[in-house]
Amino acid sequence: MEFDVNDLSVARGGLSVLTGVSFRLLSGQALILRGPNGSGKTTLLRTLAGLQNPQHGTISAPAESIAYGAHADGIKSTLSVAENLAFWADIYGTGMTDAALAGFDLQSLAGRRANNLSAGQKRRLGLARMLVTGRPIWLLDEPTVSLDAKGRTQFESAVRRHLDGGGIAVIATHVDIAVQATTLDIGQFRTPMTAIASSFDEAFL
Amino acid sequence: MIRILIRDLMLAVRAGGGFGLGLSFFLVITALVPFGVGPDGLVLAQIAPGILWVGALLACLLSLDRLFQLDFEDGTLDLLACAPIPMESVVIAKATAHWLTTGLALTIAAPLFGVLLGLPAAGYVWLVASLLVGTPALSMIGAFGAALTVGVKRGGLLLSILVLPLYVPTLIFGAEVARRGALQLDVSKPLVMLAGITFATIALLPFAAAAAVRVNLR
Repeated sequence: MEFDVNDLSVARGGLSVLTGVSFRLLSGQALILRGPNGSGKTTLLRTLAGLQNPQHGTISAPAESIAYGAHADGIKSTLSVAENLAFWADIYGTGMTDAALAGFDLQSLAGRRANNLSAGQKRRLGLARMLVTGRPIWLLDEPTVSLDAKGRTQFESAVRRHLDGGGIAVIATHVDIAVQATTLDIGQFRTPMTAIASSFDEAFL
Repeated sequence: MIRILIRDLMLAVRAGGGFGLGLSFFLVITALVPFGVGPDGLVLAQIAPGILWVGALLACLLSLDRLFQLDFEDGTLDLLACAPIPMESVVIAKATAHWLTTGLALTIAAPLFGVLLGLPAAGYVWLVASLLVGTPALSMIGAFGAALTVGVKRGGLLLSILVLPLYVPTLIFGAEVARRGALQLDVSKPLVMLAGITFATIALLPFAAAAAVRVNLR
């Protein structure tokens, strides 16, 4: 499996943010995206996930292979931890809820309502969601935010297991993660701040 | 798709989901109208079908802005957009969940509220029939409006302005079925028109709503 990004340009809010981003990842490889706040990491990940169209360039990956882990975890506070996970497991047609709970040490919290969780526990639940997707390419946006040392170790081992199983991961982060990975500083792709020609109608075409 | 429907119903029924919101609003309207109009049974019976339909429509409108907004705010909508189900199915599932918790609940409760307004006995069957046929269109049109305003903070006002004119045909034919039913006249023409509107919205609007959601997620 191969995840190939070629000469990609992305925009946010009508402004071009990054131009000429290219990288190529094979099974078992990980890429860490670095760059200061506002440098376009999230925009790049959203484009890779297919939530917005690139201005230019191509993204090639096998069909239905990408799972996106955003800032927001998409947790419903009135559902229990297990129900939240089971929902996503059903959506993706996998049944791996138990393994995902175990992977982030959430078994003891399984029956607890999500609104009673701490920020770090919610984050662990959000990351456990990546496990139930069963997708080979993970796009993670600052996954270690609000995790404690133990949570971060669990996260690192989850990523390592994923990579050992032939997966691919693209991780935007500010902290050091103990995972064998290439680092890409996206500061070098930054577009000088100029407004791009875009009409209001563009959104509707 | 079924899974989203079940989840939305679960969320609606649990605390803070607003399951009874539309129903209690409907009750408030039908309970207050006799106080405003006066206790004259003849007048009430005459306006009952229209009031019940307007009440049902407003009750439906009340819960619309939550349809996509909550999922948008907690990031679920982004994740659903990446999931292996088409956005059209997400829209249909959410509109169906909305209909089950408001439209269908209102339809079932409507005869009870008809009593409060002194609806003539012949009108009940056609009132329920018109609501049963018409309210799916209200939920579907509402889902389209909610999809258009999904990224807008406090989009409820914009949503009502967008959706109200689209509700007018359903209201006209729905209330007409109920009115003719109460007067024991022939209801077939408005009922067919009402069903036509409902089927057309169900056939077309999921695509429009899904496109609107995708644009708003960009």
